[in-house]
Amino acid sequence: MNIIEVRGLYKVFGKEPARVFPLLEQGLDKTSVLKKTGCAVGINNASFEISKGEIFVLMGLSGSGKSTVIRCLNRLINPTRGEILIDGQDIAKMDKSALLEVRRSKLSMVFQHFGLLPNRSVVRNVEYGLEVAGTNAEQRRERAINALELVGLKGYEQSLPNELSGGMQQRVGLARALASDPEVLLMDEAFSALDPLIRTQMQDELLELQARMHKTIVFITHDLDEALKLGDRIAIMKDGEIVQTGTPEEILTAPADDYVKRFVENVDRSKVITAGSVMRKARTIQLPKDGPRVAIRAMEKQGISSIFAIDSERRLQGLMRIDDAIKLERRGKSDLSSVLETDLYVASPETPIGELLVSAMNARYPITIQDDEGRLMGLLDRAIIIAEMYDEDEEASVTPLDEVLAEADDAAPETKEELI
Amino acid sequence: MNIPPLPVGSWFETLINWLTDHLEVFFDGIGTMVTAILDATEFILMFPHPLVLILIFTTLAWFAAKHGVAIFTLLGMLLIYNMGYWPATMETLSLVLASVLIALLLGVPLGIWSAKKPVVEKVMRPILDFMQTLPAFVYLIPAVLFFKLGPVPGVIATLIFSLPPAVRLTSLGIRQVPEEIREAAISFGSNPRQLLFKAELPVALPTIMAGVNQTIMLALSMVVISGMIGAGGLGNEVLKGITQLKIDVGFEAGISIVILAIFLDRVTQRLGRKSNNN
Ligand SMILES: Nc1ncnc2c1ncn2[C@@H]1O[C@H](COP(=O)(O)OP(=O)(O)OP(=O)(O)O)[C@@H](O)[C@H]1O
Ligand SMILES: [Mg+2]
Repeated sequence: MNIIEVRGLYKVFGKEPARVFPLLEQGLDKTSVLKKTGCAVGINNASFEISKGEIFVLMGLSGSGKSTVIRCLNRLINPTRGEILIDGQDIAKMDKSALLEVRRSKLSMVFQHFGLLPNRSVVRNVEYGLEVAGTNAEQRRERAINALELVGLKGYEQSLPNELSGGMQQRVGLARALASDPEVLLMDEAFSALDPLIRTQMQDELLELQARMHKTIVFITHDLDEALKLGDRIAIMKDGEIVQTGTPEEILTAPADDYVKRFVENVDRSKVITAGSVMRKARTIQLPKDGPRVAIRAMEKQGISSIFAIDSERRLQGLMRIDDAIKLERRGKSDLSSVLETDLYVASPETPIGELLVSAMNARYPITIQDDEGRLMGLLDRAIIIAEMYDEDEEASVTPLDEVLAEADDAAPETKEELI
Repeated sequence: MNIPPLPVGSWFETLINWLTDHLEVFFDGIGTMVTAILDATEFILMFPHPLVLILIFTTLAWFAAKHGVAIFTLLGMLLIYNMGYWPATMETLSLVLASVLIALLLGVPLGIWSAKKPVVEKVMRPILDFMQTLPAFVYLIPAVLFFKLGPVPGVIATLIFSLPPAVRLTSLGIRQVPEEIREAAISFGSNPRQLLFKAELPVALPTIMAGVNQTIMLALSMVVISGMIGAGGLGNEVLKGITQLKIDVGFEAGISIVILAIFLDRVTQRLGRKSNNN
């Protein structure tokens, strides 16, 4: 379900926004529009949806319009044109009192430099939203204290903001945003002012909180690593337009244009690329119906020295080496299960490949990728991992997860001979 | 080539005469209000026994400022009492308080208004500049013309003279509130009044208090000058010292003014700083 839907959003700063639209329709860019009309285009026809419980990341260079977009969502900035549906209500058309109500109950915001009131104690800062909404003193104190506990600031209720470190101040900002239990958190570069260690820690804590609270979060960042870590989906903005929206993997593996590609270039791929997205198809035989003969033929045909054995549900049974298979065949035995190598390194498809590198270096066999039910999905070896981490142009050989699964399904009825 | 001197002076006289004739009710109204406020401040300061007041001032200094200031206040005010200038000092203080009270009642809202409306700021700035560059005693002329002699024109001249910093620093304080704080207050659902009273004014308070401090100090200096139009208090004593060449009176009155000035300055300065971290 979409909690936020933005359609055809424009924001033009300046005296005569009406003059700007025909020019934009003619395809003029931001700079020429500014020259011609003196109006700055902050947002140029942006449309996107955010579903409930999602972390939606907005990225883009400085001046690309991220802050303008997020400020239109709670109307700190009035959009020039377009629809912004929050829970189905168009916030762009709301009157003052409805707008106040939405701000007090549904949306709250976390700021880059915290935006705390320096004269108020921590707990009174956290109470602010409830206070202006007219919640009684006792209740709002209780909820503020709960929110502070949630962000790990119990015991600091009476401190003043400037007595706290940056990370702690931003926790206050987060607690303030959570105190009214809103559906949507708007976070404009919320962690950008923090030093790197604290920043990583705050990201982890945000993810932890999110796992418990299931808010919808709109998060702005300059930092691709942060975007990839936090974002369920990422939208990339350029000159007021949204040039691509997609999951982190989609953005990384299929950048829409050179602008997006430039963003993606410097990412630490080992942390972002998951095993599932780069694994290779595993050649398999199916137990118990396949015997040594089938196994040997399969390996010979593929020119490989070992093959994975799975059951009829694709659950991994073990690895069959060619010499063991030959021995078995000579002895005239048909049950392969006794000689299977079962000491294999197993990873889930979500594991970042960086975490697998060391194991891949040490393992004698490829790393097997299994889903939660133990079904074999593919394999990875050190060559693949290293290629993915360092050679970015290797994209052609990447086999996305979906494709592997689709092929596996197609192949399922006739696996025995069909050596995948 | 012979341009006769323009009758600027008589034009002005005509204007003033017209104003006094036609706006008499208006000026009388203002005069009555000022008298009422002045009576109140005088009553508060003249009624209690001097030693009681000295103790109260000392306690105030003790809690508002450093302890040294409190000791200075105690000794200084005892000296004033001892020299026999207590009534004159309290008269001066009541003139200061009355003027400052009115100046703040006008100045703070004007400051808020000009912070919110750039147009108002634009109009106000040259007027304030003009008011501040004018020599202090020039204010006495219209005050006397409209309100005759005595404490009332003294208060009027003083409040006009001391108004600019109250307006300026209130406006500055509010404009200096970081944009993010303003955005935070709005995004959490403040209406315009809540934005002003719960966010902007509290954050601007230290700056506004600096304006209050300046207003008080300007008021004190002007109240002394108002001695020239019979406002009373220490100004009268200083004037006596000058006109009658009574060096001792002039000097003792001068010392009393300095003691009062230091007390007022330190206490209000500290209050400003305290409101900063509270
Ligand atoms: N109040 C304003 N008046 C005029 N132009 C503005 C205003 N606010 C923003 N802009 C313009 O709109 C564009 C988008 O600005 P915005 O602040 O949204 O960028 P951003 O992506 O958040 O950048 P950053 O990463 O630096 O925060 C910029 O070109 C900016 O100059
Ligand atoms: Mg920004």
